[in-house]
Amino acid sequence: MMPSMEFLVATGIGWVAACGIWLLLRGRTFPVVLGLMVLGYAVNVFIFAMGRLWSNAPPIIGAGGQQIADPLPQALVLTAIVIGFATTGFAIELALRSRHESGTDHVDGKPDDDTGSRS
Amino acid sequence: MMGWLDHLPAMPVLLPALTAIVLLLLGDHGGSEHSLRRLRLTGRIAIVSALIGLAIATRLTMQAADGPIMVYRMGEWPAPFGIVLVVDRLSAMMMLLTSLVAVPVLLYANGGWAGHGRYFHALFQFQLMGLNGAFASGDLFNLFVFFEVLLIASYVLMMHGLGRERLRVGVHYVVLNLAASALFLIGVALMYALTGTLNMADLALRVPQVQGPDAVVLQVAGLTLLVVFGFKAALAPLSVWLPATYAASSAPVAALFAIMTKVGVYAIWRVHGVIFGDAAGPSANLVEPLLLPLAVVTSVVGVLGMLAAQTLPRLVAWLTVASVGTILVAVGLFDASAWSAALYYTAHSTLTVAGLFLLVELVAAQRGDVGERIEPASPVAQPVMLGLMMLLVAASSIGLPPLPGFIGKLMLLQASMGHGQVVLVWSVVLLVGFASLLGLARAGSTLFWHVRTDLPSGASGASAPLVLATSTLLALSVAMSVFAAPLQRYTQAAATQLLDRKAYFDAVLGEQGGAAARPTRPYTGQTGAAR
Repeated sequence: MMPSMEFLVATGIGWVAACGIWLLLRGRTFPVVLGLMVLGYAVNVFIFAMGRLWSNAPPIIGAGGQQIADPLPQALVLTAIVIGFATTGFAIELALRSRHESGTDHVDGKPDDDTGSRS
Repeated sequence: MMGWLDHLPAMPVLLPALTAIVLLLLGDHGGSEHSLRRLRLTGRIAIVSALIGLAIATRLTMQAADGPIMVYRMGEWPAPFGIVLVVDRLSAMMMLLTSLVAVPVLLYANGGWAGHGRYFHALFQFQLMGLNGAFASGDLFNLFVFFEVLLIASYVLMMHGLGRERLRVGVHYVVLNLAASALFLIGVALMYALTGTLNMADLALRVPQVQGPDAVVLQVAGLTLLVVFGFKAALAPLSVWLPATYAASSAPVAALFAIMTKVGVYAIWRVHGVIFGDAAGPSANLVEPLLLPLAVVTSVVGVLGMLAAQTLPRLVAWLTVASVGTILVAVGLFDASAWSAALYYTAHSTLTVAGLFLLVELVAAQRGDVGERIEPASPVAQPVMLGLMMLLVAASSIGLPPLPGFIGKLMLLQASMGHGQVVLVWSVVLLVGFASLLGLARAGSTLFWHVRTDLPSGASGASAPLVLATSTLLALSVAMSVFAAPLQRYTQAAATQLLDRKAYFDAVLGEQGGAAARPTRPYTGQTGAAR
């Protein structure tokens, strides 16, 4: 039996979110920013899926009885994407500035001890 | 045809937005003589705009005090389909509080800080827009959008003046907030999936209809939102980010941020107090078992942080955490008179903390190299004035009569009588008051009495606008004591209004509400039409 679309989408979102959280917990700013982006993608697909998964259904109310795809989550996702784009841009700029100012890309602004190679 | 007064609920959002655009178009100063004139010009525009905002907020509060809930429908689309701004007594009071903090803080920033970085005034206006928007927003997704507006402005404001420490803390602040925003979206999306609406009044109607396993998922959504709002409000255990962030920010920015934690409190009120309130069916009183214990922990952690603080801004930042804890204890009692106390205490603690952030910078500036560290230093140039201001504000935040901190705590203690946790509430509130007395007395005596005359004392007095701005905030917080009776009537009315669900539905939803609330589309496991 084919896995259902719900199963694929749900595990997909879960996997992407897990990757995002793992990256978010890294010690350097670049993976952290990547983690925020990936987590953002997972959240966007999640919002999209909250309108339920429909195929062959228009997002507008047509003739009576026809099934429709919920257009509202799509509008919400659009807003979330725009905001996510802006904040990611800001986070990248901030990470660069912090690297420039402190001389390290560690999130705590100090070189860590275990690698030690960074002068 | 609408009169211009009908558009008043939208003005607190529109005015700062337009002002910010004008300020952006006017451009930034670059350091030359011509640019300094431009800095002064932008500073004046910002102050004038903030004063107009104050007038609008005052008018809205007066209208809310004796009138019904004001609902502003964008483009005349009926709720719950269109976007609504809802201004009730709680919203109006929070907007007024925002303006009351903003005007003195802008005055203070014009005394020097505004020139230490770029586009301070434009960002400040965007922050005000986000704050007012969050307080006026009538649906959950707009609440998210305005949260983002105020956060994005706050990211840049927090790093105003730059420097290594601000950037280091700034990275943490931004990353944590972006992660919290992701959680916010997950919570909002789940709420939508189960109820089919995001309008807060409509949600309050539909949440009780969600039954069975769906109700469990809905409660997950509600608790996810509690994590997000608790993070913004610095509810323990999510309060650790706050002291570092606020202490690293420049004084006027930290003073403005005093209102930002209250946005989290406000959102908890709206979502967990009203939507997941008494009448929410299977999800009723969702956070009641959690909020009170967490709030108690927050106040204790805050006051312990105060006792351990090594610098003045850290001390004030931990005081912020402790006061948020006290407010949330009152919110967590879920009762009209406790909510009234919470509102009164919110106004008091916002003004006090904002004033303290400004005051400690004035003090630190006169202490030579020791600066903001709580250590003996050369005597300050204006010991009598600064000492008296410090004494006043410390006595008020500890809760000594007849200052407003005392009245707020008294209201809270009275409201907790008869509640199951009365012993816990009394002992924590009183012990926290005593411990903050220790913390502030330790800092105050080191600052003003334990002076070292052997150090060179070249400090000059603070300039008049800075003193004026700081004392305005302190005077406002004392005025709350003088006008305690009308204020208490107002907060009591606001709390009663929050619990009056029918009036809220009628105002926001009108004909569409109540009867039209239909069960949400159940999840059947069928995937669309083309199977």
